[in-house]
Amino acid sequence: MEEPMIGSIPTMQEIPFFAHQKLRVLRNRGIIDPGKIEEYIARDGYLGLAKALTEMTPAEIIKEVTASGLRGRGGAGFPTGLKWQFCSQSKGDVKYVLCNADEGDPGAFMDRSVLEADPHAVLEGMVIAARAIGAHYGYIYCRAEYPLAIHQLNIAIAQARECGLLGKDILGTGFDFDLEIYQGAGAFVCGEETALMTSIEGKRGMPRPRPPFPAVAGLWGKPSVLNNVETFASVAQIVLKGAAWYASVGTEKSKGTKVFALTGDVNNVGLVEVPMGTTLRTIVYEIGGGIPGGKKFKAAQLGGPSGGCIPAEHLDASVDYEKVAELGAIMGSGGLIVMNEDKCIVDIARFFIDFCQDESCGKCTPCREGTKRMLQILTGITEGKGREGDIELLQEMAVIIKNSSLCGLGQTAPNPILSTIRYFRDEYEAHIREGRCPAGVCTALKRYTVDAEKCTGCGVCAKVCPTKAAKGEKKQPHEIDQATCIKCGVCMEKCKFEAIFVN
Amino acid sequence: MTNSIEEIEHTDLILAIGTNTTENHPVIGAKVKKAVRSHGAKLIVIDPRDIALTGYADIWLRQRPGTDVAVLNGLMQIIISEDLYDRDYVAARTEGFAELKKTVARYTPEYVEKISGVKAEDLGRAARMYATAGKAAILYCMGMTQHVSGTDNVKSIANLAMLCGKVGIEGGGVNPLRGQNNVQGACDMGALPDVFTAYQKVAVAEQREKFSRAWGVPLPAKPGLTVVEMMHGATEGTIRGMYIMGENPMLSDPDLSHVESALRKLDFLVVQDIFLTETAKLAHVVLPSACFAEKEGTFTNTERRVQRVRKAVSAPGEARADWEIITGLANRFGYPMQYAGPAQIMEEINSLTPSYGGITCSRIEKEGIQWPCPSPDHPGTKFLHGDKFTRGLGLFHAIDYREPAELPDDEYPLLLTTGRVLYHYHTGTMTRLAKGTSERCPESLVEINPQDADRIGIESGKMVVVSSRRGRVTAKAAVTSRSPEGVVFMNFHFREAAVNLLTNPALDPIAKIPEYKVCAVRVEAA
Amino acid sequence: MEEKIRITIDGREVTANPEQTILEAARENGIFIPTLCQYADTTNVGACRVCVVEVEKARTLVASCCMPVSAGMVVRTDTKAVRDAQRMIVELLWASGDHNCLVCEKNGNCELQDLVYWLGIEKPRFPIESPGYEIEKTNSMIVRDLNKCVLCGRCVRACNEIQVNEVLDFSLRGSRAKVGPAFDSDYIASECYFCGECVDACPVGAITFAQARFGGRPWELEKVRTTCTYCGVGCQLDLNINKGKIVKVTGNRDYGPPNQGSLCIKGRFAMDFVQHPDRLQRPLIRKNGELTEATWEEAYDLIARNLSAIKEEHGPDSIAGFASARCTNEENYLFQKFMRAVIGTNNVDHCARL
Repeated sequence: MEEPMIGSIPTMQEIPFFAHQKLRVLRNRGIIDPGKIEEYIARDGYLGLAKALTEMTPAEIIKEVTASGLRGRGGAGFPTGLKWQFCSQSKGDVKYVLCNADEGDPGAFMDRSVLEADPHAVLEGMVIAARAIGAHYGYIYCRAEYPLAIHQLNIAIAQARECGLLGKDILGTGFDFDLEIYQGAGAFVCGEETALMTSIEGKRGMPRPRPPFPAVAGLWGKPSVLNNVETFASVAQIVLKGAAWYASVGTEKSKGTKVFALTGDVNNVGLVEVPMGTTLRTIVYEIGGGIPGGKKFKAAQLGGPSGGCIPAEHLDASVDYEKVAELGAIMGSGGLIVMNEDKCIVDIARFFIDFCQDESCGKCTPCREGTKRMLQILTGITEGKGREGDIELLQEMAVIIKNSSLCGLGQTAPNPILSTIRYFRDEYEAHIREGRCPAGVCTALKRYTVDAEKCTGCGVCAKVCPTKAAKGEKKQPHEIDQATCIKCGVCMEKCKFEAIFVN
Repeated sequence: MTNSIEEIEHTDLILAIGTNTTENHPVIGAKVKKAVRSHGAKLIVIDPRDIALTGYADIWLRQRPGTDVAVLNGLMQIIISEDLYDRDYVAARTEGFAELKKTVARYTPEYVEKISGVKAEDLGRAARMYATAGKAAILYCMGMTQHVSGTDNVKSIANLAMLCGKVGIEGGGVNPLRGQNNVQGACDMGALPDVFTAYQKVAVAEQREKFSRAWGVPLPAKPGLTVVEMMHGATEGTIRGMYIMGENPMLSDPDLSHVESALRKLDFLVVQDIFLTETAKLAHVVLPSACFAEKEGTFTNTERRVQRVRKAVSAPGEARADWEIITGLANRFGYPMQYAGPAQIMEEINSLTPSYGGITCSRIEKEGIQWPCPSPDHPGTKFLHGDKFTRGLGLFHAIDYREPAELPDDEYPLLLTTGRVLYHYHTGTMTRLAKGTSERCPESLVEINPQDADRIGIESGKMVVVSSRRGRVTAKAAVTSRSPEGVVFMNFHFREAAVNLLTNPALDPIAKIPEYKVCAVRVEAA
Repeated sequence: MEEKIRITIDGREVTANPEQTILEAARENGIFIPTLCQYADTTNVGACRVCVVEVEKARTLVASCCMPVSAGMVVRTDTKAVRDAQRMIVELLWASGDHNCLVCEKNGNCELQDLVYWLGIEKPRFPIESPGYEIEKTNSMIVRDLNKCVLCGRCVRACNEIQVNEVLDFSLRGSRAKVGPAFDSDYIASECYFCGECVDACPVGAITFAQARFGGRPWELEKVRTTCTYCGVGCQLDLNINKGKIVKVTGNRDYGPPNQGSLCIKGRFAMDFVQHPDRLQRPLIRKNGELTEATWEEAYDLIARNLSAIKEEHGPDSIAGFASARCTNEENYLFQKFMRAVIGTNNVDHCARL
């Protein structure tokens, strides 16, 4: 690394972490005071709303959003304009606009950051959506674990009302829209749209079958549009600057930018917003600054616990909805976990399925019982109890669970298993057939062995071994009895001759 | 019921007055709740007690017991003065509107509030909600009828329904919910002092002669006595012999001490029952009968549906079906009664009873038929008064509010109202033998408002003595706001705390129903 | 009514109403699709996923119980993907609980058992792990063994949507999910009204009738349809008879009005009186102040003699009769006929007013 020269502090654009980002959703982050509506307005805030309400018909708003190519940033990537159009065509005088701020993926905080740093962007997007579909009331379903987000939202809502940007007769146009915050209790499944609506209705948050789709019969059976925070935060700028501007970045089918929560074995962690189509390599190595400690990149888990992993061979893949799906992962809400070579892939898969089976609502059989059994099988493999046929059974189960579960949770929960088997089948096989964890993570599979060449027969290992598994004659190479060894590793730690190794 | 049970589920509004249907007819209660929860029906409950249905209601009017006429008149006053009534219906299908209008005009919301305690504003909301609903069904029960003003109450309900054009339509009507399995059938069959089957009057020569011809004997023309009058007759010595089939007046009738002395005075008492009831114990002859599961026949439910009863098990010992007992007895009297079975009896009923004319056993094998069903090809009748009322035009009765016969005073400061609980039935002879129901409800409870309980110094679970001018009983207190202040509620299922020792035998002058729903009592710690 | 639409199921072109589900259309056309959580007159929740089918152009398999038909839809109910999924689901359910038919009251009338048999599953590929819940026997009417629960939610819907008692719901989540009253209390300590709708709704042996335990297996029971003897609703019910005794009372939804199979605690659990030892078995005659057993002939004689004498001396109107709202139409008819034609009085009434 070059010594920075005095007087030449680099600009943000000279720092790779920033240089490769393109801030649209996060454009106000750290720049405005989220508690001051004036600062938001000073940065063209509410101009999109003003334009939508005074210069555009609902159909024109929908047309603009559709043309922009904006797709749902919550994960499924459904075209936002199309969703609004369906809802606007549904009959009914009562409709709802709902914002999904139930960010449940572990390690993901895209929505939280937007809500905390730029809450008005979300409100503005919701009012525009309401105008587009003809709704007059909305909810922001925000997890209760986000107290600061809720605090900022409350301030923003009060200010927007005061300024006539929410409530009755917005900007004197005669259009009414108001909203309230509904605090979720932290169930992962409540990020699923029908479960979220059921939860707002005051019932246990369990998903409902679709159809009917929310655009036809959503909250309280009324036509509803549900988008996530990032989607709503993109809307005002699309309206203000036009669809063409928005679509100027991205790939053919995935337009605009996407925020990722970059985390894991990477030097720079945090929220990054990049144009769709940026390569994984750019995100990991340029923006993320590579893997710490000169370790090798093994895979990146994209799309949260129900996403999939993308291995090193696909580092140059473009990160967009189509490519990511083709590789067996999902865009999800933008969780991006980098894993280095020290990670055991079976253990990773086990970790994610554990999360999903724990968060399964318990309603449908494949998700409730299937994820539990997949966890059981994976746990067995990591504990050396894997059996021939486990991989095939896992694959069969994964396909059936994806294919027959009620909601997105179950339909995506097997993704980590399928993608890890797809890219790292050999690691699974090493566990099952050789009783070996190549990454050396799975405790039960560790084998402490004495290198007879190096062993001096000093007897330290035998002395410290709590189960008397290490033993041998004085001055003779020692041995470790695998049956009694509890893999505590103290022998290896105490051996002065590095004669004990683990595989 | 003018209408059918299944219509309740799909109507627009239900007005439940004087009926605790979720406990007394739980399956109808479920339909009401389903209408509200699943089909968006509105529900108005008018009841002094905080019954389960109030939890499902849009409006709950909590009137003082016995002030129903005032409340109903109040509703009508608002509906008329705000011009919300059905002018076309009133003009085309009713008469007596002018009289009604004149009478109810005095029942301003403020006046009604004074009498009933129902807030003027709530009354107005309820009136508007009922009048402007599309289809609206009124459900009522003994909470309406067991008053000295019982007939007035029922007529007032009919007034309200006709005023708004809600009788004679699907999903509407005036619907008394019958409390006993075959009380409808017993009435239909002429087990009443003034009528033969299908309400053909004994006093009308033509009808009497029809039966006389069929039965081959001359028949008396003078209407007989009602149950309570029979008891008075026994006391006075004009009734000497009594034949009681399957009833237990020793628990069900008002002022039980009087009933007991009346029955004891009889020269001869025959009781026919499945158990040795309190009444049977006083009999000279007790005849053992088969219960419903041990015989064939039919019951007619509250919606006029005649349904099959089938034999599932044998009767114990030498017990016989009631119809067999009666035929045996008639033959002994030298009057031949020969029937191969209930189906043949039904054939005789078919021939003498226009409304049952087409209800044969074979037709109701799979599904019961609702009378009137005059002929074998008639499908039965889902709701009554579709085109016209029985008498032609519906007659409004201009009725004024009258006070209950006995009201609380210094000596007996609380008002007692009685009824059933979900877990038991009538005098408890059957349900109290069941493990399950007794487990859920093992004893009689005196439901009393916390304010009253505080004042008297009693608490839940403690024994209390409830006394009236006629008697006293001891039971456990249940302090609950289900009872309004000043009102205690007791059920009549438990002989150990026979509430009818307390009740007032004052009768409605027309229907001769005793005023079980209002009497004055005193409650003290036992 | 809207016009019928055409769809194809298993290569057969059939017509359906646009508001029908695939399952309804299939059933109407005699095409079998297995179900478990589906329960008529309640919301189709699509929970068990046993009824999945393949629909052309659909992204995943589709739960036929909640998918409405649409014109031109092409459905297959019998593909390998469908059967594999059904088999996996049933294996998972089987392995999730204590489905031991040897001691199960529902043996022979169990929908899980039927599914296992129909799919020809020898044994599940997963170790059988019962959750180990304590069996709830704290009341004498309903036994709950949640180790047999398949979480279909039929009891919850029966309680909330049919009886609208709103006592049952799910608690906890994932594979720990449970059905029951609030705060995980047992039935007797809850607001439960013991209508027993949940027992009739349960497809397996998780909720059963306590009194019927060991009282007879499904194929030994004779069901006799009759009308309930309690209130005026006139519920149609089945008395389940074994060896001349009433074992239990069940509702039957096929009977239609007035109750569509629903019952209440009295009709369901208060039939003990029928077989109660206190039932009167022989006529009784008062002799020396005591009621003593007699023959029917003696009893009839005594009645005829005494009532005739009273009639002779005081006239027929000195005799009164109570008919009964508990007895049949035929009996009430005969009773009033007896009073009027034989005794000669209109003094006949019953407790309609009470």
